[in-house]
Amino acid sequence: MKNCEYQQIDPRALGTPASTPASTLPHPRKELPHPRRKWEVFPGKNRFYCNGRIIVARQCGVLPLTLSLIVLTTTLFFTFDCPFLVAHLTVCIPVIAGVLFLFVIITLLRTSFTDPGILPRALPEEAADIERQIDNCGSATYRPPPRTKEILINGQLVKLKYCFTCKMFRPPRTSHCSLCDNCVERFDHHCPWVGNCVGKRNYRFFYTFIVSLSFLTSFIFGCVITHLTLRSQVLNLNGSGNVVELVVCFFSIWSILGLSGFHTYLVASNLTTNEDIKGSWSSKRGVEESGNPYSYNSIFTNCCVVLCGPMPPSLIDRRGFLPPDVIPQTVTSETELHPFMTKNDTNMEGNCQEFAVSCTA
Amino acid sequence: MLSAPRTATGRTTLPYCHHSFHNLQELRHSASLANKVFIQRDYSEGTVCKFQTKFPSELDSRIEKTLFEDTVKTLNNYYAEAEKIGGHAYLEGCLACITAYLIFLCMETRYEKVLKKISRYIQEQNEKIYAPRGLLITDPIERGMRVIEISIYEDRGSSGSSSGSSTTSSSGR
Repeated sequence: MKNCEYQQIDPRALGTPASTPASTLPHPRKELPHPRRKWEVFPGKNRFYCNGRIIVARQCGVLPLTLSLIVLTTTLFFTFDCPFLVAHLTVCIPVIAGVLFLFVIITLLRTSFTDPGILPRALPEEAADIERQIDNCGSATYRPPPRTKEILINGQLVKLKYCFTCKMFRPPRTSHCSLCDNCVERFDHHCPWVGNCVGKRNYRFFYTFIVSLSFLTSFIFGCVITHLTLRSQVLNLNGSGNVVELVVCFFSIWSILGLSGFHTYLVASNLTTNEDIKGSWSSKRGVEESGNPYSYNSIFTNCCVVLCGPMPPSLIDRRGFLPPDVIPQTVTSETELHPFMTKNDTNMEGNCQEFAVSCTA
Repeated sequence: MLSAPRTATGRTTLPYCHHSFHNLQELRHSASLANKVFIQRDYSEGTVCKFQTKFPSELDSRIEKTLFEDTVKTLNNYYAEAEKIGGHAYLEGCLACITAYLIFLCMETRYEKVLKKISRYIQEQNEKIYAPRGLLITDPIERGMRVIEISIYEDRGSSGSSSGSSTTSSSGR
């Protein structure tokens, strides 16, 4: 969201005074009318708004639905229930509902518009270096060496997979989101309701959103039931607004409460939804000491680390400016690869065909 | 591959081995990029940001092992400071949570402060130690915190013999 100065410090600009922002770097020849920002050439399938300040997934059509459901229910509550409840009970009810509502909306927007922890793709040189490493560890057989790397994390063997799109070994806990076409650190899941991936950088926002939303729904549900009970004692039952609220709350309350319960369990054990679904650290996988290597073995520490730990920086620097000489390379990084890279997935088919032709000849 | 630095500005080219190097930009203008070495992350202690301190053989003829290890260790200490879990981090996180994370919009987190420190440290190390030896470190934040990229430069005059991967050129120092 915020413009980070440290990301704009370019070693090439070291000759210029440190106070000069990257945008005003003196460049002898103006080849481009406007210096382009990095989000304009971002390779993943994301949408950017406000000149790169806001990032969302491509298909974010469900986000307006989520927002309108929350706003609609709360508006109905304020118009139909609040006047009655204030008159018969206390003024605290609209105040609590208002605070909860604001909290829910802010955390929802933060979840949707924050970079979830996207890892930038490897530049051609780094990719070539990884190719060289893979070639070196492969034996002299015809089969290409496996594209996995085994490392020890806290004494436990973890397999890192190679990402053909991002041209790198995915760091631990990272997964490639097929909808956004990005590798996301500590990938939890892609949430269509918030229109973004949930990962390292926005999981805490997501968790607060879910918990506060479950409080809000339960609160409204309780208030509507109280309202109906009181009213049926005083007058005859009427009011179509309460029925709509009741229905929305009744159906959402179970899913939201279940989801917050599930995520509370995940937070307490320092797991991600992705790892939980795959059963990466479940005991049935054979070895008995295979627990979660990232857990701190204390529920309290796990909660604090996940929800209150240091906020990692965004790595994609989407508001930064492209250095003039890197522009063509960033755009065509898929095609302009080193000869080492002939083994990537797009060329695989061509190679197979060539091989088949040479065999039949 | 990554093309040579910015368009030359008509400055006279200096060979990097001279001690008259005051400016990293001059290095980029006067010498050609021969190779890049990538220091990978060390995940043995989990996902905290830590880099391997193993000395890459490509730098053998360029820099002393202790100098290189010092730099990487200092960087690792900085990252450990940024990601340290403790009272200060929890306080910051709780404060942010209470304010619905709006405080992040106007407050600089400790992580960001340390990243600026790292960036200054790398700049200083480049100027003092690495540039005179024809090397340049790139801040890991620009490479997705996956690698420390060290560019190896060669004198323009002898660069004809360099074939991309040959790094231990005798024209060094």
